[in-house]
This record gives sequence, structure tokens and C-alpha cells, in this order.
Amino acid sequence: MSISLSTVFYLGATILFVLCLGGLSNPETSRRGNLYGMVGMAVAVLATVFGPHVTAGGLPYIVAAMVVGAAIGLYAARVVKMTQMPELVALMHSLVGLAAMLVGYANFIDPAVSAKLTPAERAIHEIEMYLGVLIGAVTFSGSVIAFGKLSGRISGKPMLLPGRHWINLAGLVLVVWFGYRFVAAHGVAEGMVPMIVMTVVALLFGVHMVMAIGGADMPVVVSMLNSYSGWAAAATGFMLSNDLLIVVGALVGSSGAILSYIMCAAMNRNFISVIAGGFGTDSGAPAAAGGGAGEPAGEVVPISAAETAELLREAKSVIVVPGYGMAVAQAQHTVYEITKVLRERGVAVRFGIHPVAGRMPGHMNVLLAEAKVPYDIVFEMDELNADFPDTDVAIVIGANDIVNPAAQEDPGSPIAGMPVLEVWKAKTSIVMKRSMASGYAGVDNPLFYKDNNRMLFGDAKKMLDEVLAALRS
Amino acid sequence: MALTIGVPREVQPGEKRVATVPEVVAKLVKQGFRVAVEAGAGDAAQISDDAYRAAGAEVVAARAALWSQADIVFKVRAPDSTEIGLLREGGTLVSFIWPAQNPDLLQALAAKKATVLAMDSVPRISRAQKLDALSSMANIAGYRAVIEAAHHFGRFFTGSITAAGKVPPAKVFVIGAGVAGLAAIGTATGLGAIVRANDTRPEVADQVKSMGGEFVFVDYQEEGSGVGGYAKVMSEGFQKAQRETFAQQAKDVDIIITTALIPGKPAPRLITEEMVRSMKQGSVIVDMAAEQGGNCELTVPGEVVVRHGVTIIGYADLPSRLAKQASTLYATNLLRLVEDMVKTKSIDNDAVNVDMNDEVLRGTTVIDKGQVTWPPPPPKLSAAPPAAAKAAGAVAPPKAHGHGKPSGAMPPAKAAFVFGVGALLFLLIGAYAPHSFLGHFTVFVLACFVGYMVVWNVTPALHTPLMSVTNAVSSIIAIGALVQIAPDLTQISADLTRPNEWIRWLSVAAIVLATINMFGGFAVTRRMLEMFRK
Repeated sequence: MSISLSTVFYLGATILFVLCLGGLSNPETSRRGNLYGMVGMAVAVLATVFGPHVTAGGLPYIVAAMVVGAAIGLYAARVVKMTQMPELVALMHSLVGLAAMLVGYANFIDPAVSAKLTPAERAIHEIEMYLGVLIGAVTFSGSVIAFGKLSGRISGKPMLLPGRHWINLAGLVLVVWFGYRFVAAHGVAEGMVPMIVMTVVALLFGVHMVMAIGGADMPVVVSMLNSYSGWAAAATGFMLSNDLLIVVGALVGSSGAILSYIMCAAMNRNFISVIAGGFGTDSGAPAAAGGGAGEPAGEVVPISAAETAELLREAKSVIVVPGYGMAVAQAQHTVYEITKVLRERGVAVRFGIHPVAGRMPGHMNVLLAEAKVPYDIVFEMDELNADFPDTDVAIVIGANDIVNPAAQEDPGSPIAGMPVLEVWKAKTSIVMKRSMASGYAGVDNPLFYKDNNRMLFGDAKKMLDEVLAALRS
Repeated sequence: MALTIGVPREVQPGEKRVATVPEVVAKLVKQGFRVAVEAGAGDAAQISDDAYRAAGAEVVAARAALWSQADIVFKVRAPDSTEIGLLREGGTLVSFIWPAQNPDLLQALAAKKATVLAMDSVPRISRAQKLDALSSMANIAGYRAVIEAAHHFGRFFTGSITAAGKVPPAKVFVIGAGVAGLAAIGTATGLGAIVRANDTRPEVADQVKSMGGEFVFVDYQEEGSGVGGYAKVMSEGFQKAQRETFAQQAKDVDIIITTALIPGKPAPRLITEEMVRSMKQGSVIVDMAAEQGGNCELTVPGEVVVRHGVTIIGYADLPSRLAKQASTLYATNLLRLVEDMVKTKSIDNDAVNVDMNDEVLRGTTVIDKGQVTWPPPPPKLSAAPPAAAKAAGAVAPPKAHGHGKPSGAMPPAKAAFVFGVGALLFLLIGAYAPHSFLGHFTVFVLACFVGYMVVWNVTPALHTPLMSVTNAVSSIIAIGALVQIAPDLTQISADLTRPNEWIRWLSVAAIVLATINMFGGFAVTRRMLEMFRK
């Protein structure tokens, strides 16, 4: 296959990838979008394997490596539970990061690559290489930690080292300094030391960065790492002068960046403050933040599962607001069973999804989809917020901060200004919760003390099962 | 020396109410006030001077003496010109004022350097309910309206079957379900009538039902709630639909009670002569908006007239017709106001300095030491929700597919800055980078833009699949490993030693990792997308 021919194939693959992302604009076209992605990937890989850069001698290695990878990948995709999706995605990001690192090193120790380059080109090439490995390393270690946090292997609490911003700054200075040394170095042997030092610093930086971020900010972190894995691919593309890699890397990178932006907007926080970490700790104890006005006063009114069923049965319209608690309790199927029973009785049931509900963007949508909840009764926050005053019952399942009225009412609250689902405007709101503990943001929730709010204490799955039983009887 | 509260006798003809009652006097005295009541002030409300004396008030016979010694004057009706003349320079007056309708009065009071608290301007927020005199008066008026109607109506309200024949229940139609309307509904149902009601604000339908009435909807979509829970002027189309509804009701019902008022505007004309003519002989209309011009075309303010066989009651003094009850409630409202003023230190050290930071007092005060402070800023509670909604909208304005783009255009200065920095960066790159790099750079920048455009269209529900598919796509990094695993070594000059084994195994490892991702990512995305169904 000639260079021109493989370039044309690359172009075709690029178009397919763009169509793939474009297809996700709508659930109906999304399956075809995924198919475009697969075809694009197949075209790209085949065009490379049979292209001018690969000789026949490499084929056995390639086939062997791909068979092993494919087997592992397909197995993982089959066994993963939908509630574990955030972990899986984080883990896969780390693989891309590691692969980018390895490719960077392979390129680095190959003297043939830079042999024919002019000095300026050579400098640029070295910077590209350096950046590729850097981003790859940060992505790798950051994703591993994110995986650990999401799967509960590492505590979700932010780990805050004293002077953590200074540590990060020192890391950055170190990386820049060794970058300079690296570009100035002649030959592989001389460049190896700066390269390795940088890799170690980058790995530590990735660990430290994600360790400092609290569980509630995970949607931002996951999408940010998603973005990084794209930039790593783009940097590798520059290094290898491969336009396909550059384009795809840029697509993925900007996609992740936009997702991070959306997640930050949904929490009314800016990107820097999320990355700097330590949410909820700067503002001290929750009560202190709001002063006298922020102190929620009043009584918490508990309710039983049977009474909840009674309320639901008499309601005309119900809005369900799921949160991470539903994912933890794996209650999505029961939720849908209840929805079905209610819909058969003519109750209008809708779901309200906050952009940052769960641990990754769109987490709740995936869980509800898994439980076969039709997506046309699942709505976004902005679509539903105006409807709460006309709603008889709003059920909050394992969510806290995203329904906290303090965000609107108490300017001193740490989550002030964050857009929230206004469940308290419904005639009755029911909050399912294991205890009175505050949410990830560590902010007390005045919703619990509102006159029209009821608390259904207990494990979400167990309680919902009881509600379902009561509804059916 | 304690502050003196002076309560003069109301001078307006027909006004029977008085601004304080003995029960309240006792409480004011306990608070440390001196209370002076003009002799005969409570006569019309069946409260004797002795009763005031017994409660601790001082009864003053001379009008001028009372006004001159009073630091704070409590009144019901707005003062007339003589009373303004009697008011002490720099004194404080609490009464109904109606500042919107009486600008001259406001000027005259301001000229006296007075501090004036208008009981009709109490903000409509929960905290101020206890001193909302308008509500307490409207409540009485609504009750009295039904009693007046019953008085002029020649039949029972309750339907019953007697030995002398069957009596059909009276049908009452109440227009405007504010406090007065709701009180009328409650009273009329209490008497056994069938009550229907209408209001431009559909959210009061439940309140009407809770009072035992039936809500009559106008078949037209328009929200009628204005600021502070009051009604607003409706569109032409709505008014037409409303007239049709009323015309139908007029033919059917025996009694119509109208309470429709819009703050600061003449009362809307809702009952036409045509409708009156269509009513049954002996029917009754009570027009509670008579003072503001009336809701019925044929109303004569202050009088009872019979037109086309229908009695139309236009009394403007309904609360005053229940003088003792009205005085008690009004006096209690004033007491609450005083308590609030003491609590906020508005009355302190024997002087009145209204705390203008207190939302309730700020709204109530129309003149502060000669400065006209009316109208007050709009009440906070009513203004907050739309503002909050706007803020939320700015973060993510609704769009065909979920999230919008970052809303609106950048401010020009910021845009200029961004473009300036961008241009500078491009210049730098153009000046130093070799040509081969620029080709790739072009591709990179354009791809970023394509990605930006495409991804904003992704529906939020699919954010997780988006991440897993972009993740799968990013395993394109495998290509980087593929091109290095076994390149055409013949083209490399012989003097270079290439660590072939190392490169190969690094590449193999990278390919394995990337392929896990490639297959796993696409497979899991496929699995997820399969689940999204209607």
C-alpha cells in the first residue's frame, strides 16, 4: 500500500470518527455512531498494518498482541456491571496513558527517527516526545488513582498534603527544567536521565492531583482524564507526524474538556478550584458557613414505606430524582418496577437527572437505561425544574447536594449558586437516605427540615422493595 | 418619659372603627407606652371611654390636646386636612394612607416632617402577615358582603325540603379569590349556598376548594399573578373569554360578589349592564370594589340601588359595618407593628427612628422624617425566584439537545483579548516553527474545533457512552506503536545502531494495552447504547 493510499484511508477513518461522535447527539442514532467508530478504527488499523511503515516481519507480533488485547478487552466489557462503569472507564483511560508513555519511549530510543531532521525540527520533535510521555504518565497514574477511588479501594476523601499547591508548582518547575535539559542533550544516553526523572515526577503529580480531589468531584476528574488521554494521543501524533493520531487525539481531547466544563458548570465551580482539590474543607464546618440564617431549623419527619406507597398511589404526578445512593444500592430495577406500577395506574412518573448526579457524566442515565426506563421520561434538570410546583410527590433516592435548597437560599453556603433540582417545591418531597449524614460537599441540607418533606430512612433498595410490595398489595 | 400613643376619634362620616381597643391598650401600657384616647373614640364601635380607662388609657376630651401630646398617632382612615394641621411637627402617624391614590396627602404630611407608616403598604411576605391590616379588613369585608347580600336576598341560602314546599339552595358566584373573596366563599358555604368562584390566578383554585367553593375556570391560557401575590391586568383575549364565562354564570346564579382589585388601578369592569339584565329578578350583586369605581357598571358607590330587578350593593365601608370586630383586628395589627418596631429598635430611647433595613418596616414606611420613601423597593421574596431561574438559565440555557453552548457572546473586551493572545501565539509559531510542523498544527487546530462543535451536540443522557466511545477511539494510539514495531530498516543509514528488540517489545506492550481499550471500549459502549430505548 502506497503512502497516498494509506493517507486516503486515514482520511476516511477520520470522517468516520467525527460521524461517530456526531451520532451520539441522539439515542436513536447513537448505535450507528458506535458502529462508525468501530469501522473507522478497523480502517485505520488495517491501513497502518498494510501501509508503508510496517514490514511483514512485524505481523506475527502485531497479530499476537492484538489477539491478547482483544480477548481481555471483550471479556472486561462483558463482565462489567453498569454500576461499575465509572471505574472501568477510569481504568481504560490509564491504559491509553500507559500506551502513550510506551510509544513515547520507543520513539525516543529509536535514533533513526531524528537522524534526518534539521536542528529546529529536531527540537520540536523532542518537545513533542517529552510532552507525549508527560501527558501519558499523568493520565496513567491519575486514572489509576481515580479507578481506586471510584471502586472504593482508596478512600473517596480528599487527601490534602500541607502546601500541596507548592508541591505541584515544584513539580512543574522540575518538569520544565528537565525538559530544557532534555532538548539540550545529545543522543539517547544523555537524554535518558531527564526523561526518566520527568516520568517519575509526572507519575507522582498524577497521583497527587487525583488524591486531592473529593468523591463528589469525580465526574469532573473522569472527564478531565478522558480529555488528557486524547491530548496524549495528539502529542504522540505530532511526535510521529501522523495526522490521524493528531485529529483523533484532538477530538477526544476537546470532548473531554467540554464534558469537564459542563460538569463544573453543573456545580457552579470553576475548573481550577476543582483541580486544586479539597472541596468542602476550605469553608470549615457546614454550620459555620451559613451563620444564623444557614442553620436549618425544624423537625425531620420520618415516613414508612407503606405511607410512601400511599402517597404515591394518590399522586397524579411524580418526579424521581436519583443520585449516587441509587447506584450504590443497585436500586434502579426496583425503581423502574415502581414506575411501571404507577404508570399503569395512570400516574405520570418522570425522572429528573442532575448533571453531576453519580460519579461520572451521564451515570444515572446509564443506570436507568440498564433498568429499561424509557429515555423519553428521563429529563434534565432544566427541563423539569419549572414543573415541581405542579408535582404531587418528588422522591429523592440517595441524592443530597443536588437537591439542597441552601444552594439558592443561603448565599453563605459552600454550594451557593450551584444549580439544583427544586424538589422542595413539590407538594410533598420524600428523601430516601440511610442516615442524616450530609452529602459529599459536607453541607447540611435544609430540605430535610422543610414542612412538606418526609424522610424514608434505610437502604434504598430495601426500602424501595417494601414500597413496591405495598403498592402491589 | 414614655412615648405617648394618641388615638383620636375617626372624623370621616360613617366611619365607625377605632384604631385601638382596650385589650390592646393594656398590652401597649405593659410595653411602657402611655396611651391617650380621645373621648368618645370608641362609641361607634360599642367601646366606652370607661373600658379604655379601665385598661390603663388616659381619656382626653380636647381634640387638639390629644394630637399635640401624641408622639405616635394611631388612626384608621387617612387624616383629612384639619387632622394634618393638628399633627405635631416631626410626629409619627400610623394609619391607612393609600399613597398611590393620594399624592397630595403624602406631600402635606412630608411638609410636617412627619414619619408615616401606611398600614396599606405592609409588604406581603410571611413574616409581615401578623400586621397585614388589609387582609384582616378584607376578611371582615368578605364576611359582611355575604351578610349584606343575605339581607337583601329574598330567600334562604340553604336548600331544604319543608312541609310548605321545596326550597332550592342559593347559588353564589364570587369573583376574585383574594382574602375577601375567600372569606365570602367560606361565609356563603357556611350559610348553605352553592358557591362558585373565579380568579385570574389559577393557583388559587385549591384555596377556593378548601373553602368549600367550586373553581370556575376561564377557558384561556394566561398566568395572572403579579408581584406580591396580587392580580395584574390581563390581556384582551383573556378578558373576552372571562366576560363570556361571567355572562353564563350571571344567568345561573342568584348572588354575585365581586372583589376584583388591581393595586393602584381602577377596578376592572367585569359585570356589564347586559349581564345584570340577564340575572333573575331579586338577585343581589355585592360590589366590594365600589370604592375603586366598581366591578359592575351599574354600581353606585356607597349606596344600594335596584336596577333591572337586581339589588346592587356598593357599600365602601363594609369593614366599618362590623366596627367592633374590625377595630379589634386592626388594633392587634397595630400592636404587632409596634412590637416589631420595638424589636428592631425603631422605637428606642423615646424616639422613633424607623429601621429602614428591616424589610417589613421599610415597606410600610411611606414618609421617613419628612422624606417620602414610597414606593419601596419590590419585596425580596417575590423577586428572588425569577432572578434565580435566570441565573440557572445562564449556566445552561435550554436547547434542542440538552445543554447549550456557553451562553451568549463574550463581552467585546474579553473577546478582543482572547483573539489578541491567539494572534500573538500564532505569530510566534509562524515565525519559528518549521514548515513541516505547521501542516500538522493546522490539522490539530481544526480538529479541536470540529470536536468542539460536534461534542456540544451530544445529549447529556449519553455522556457516559460518549466517554467510553471517546476512550475507545483514543486507542488509536495503537497506530503509534504499529508504525514502530517493524519499520523498513533498509532505509536507515547503517551507521546508526537501533535497539530493535527494545523498541519491538515496548511497541508490543503498547499494542496490547491499546487493543484492550479498543475492543473493550467499543464493546462496552455498544452494550450501553443497546439499553437506551424508548
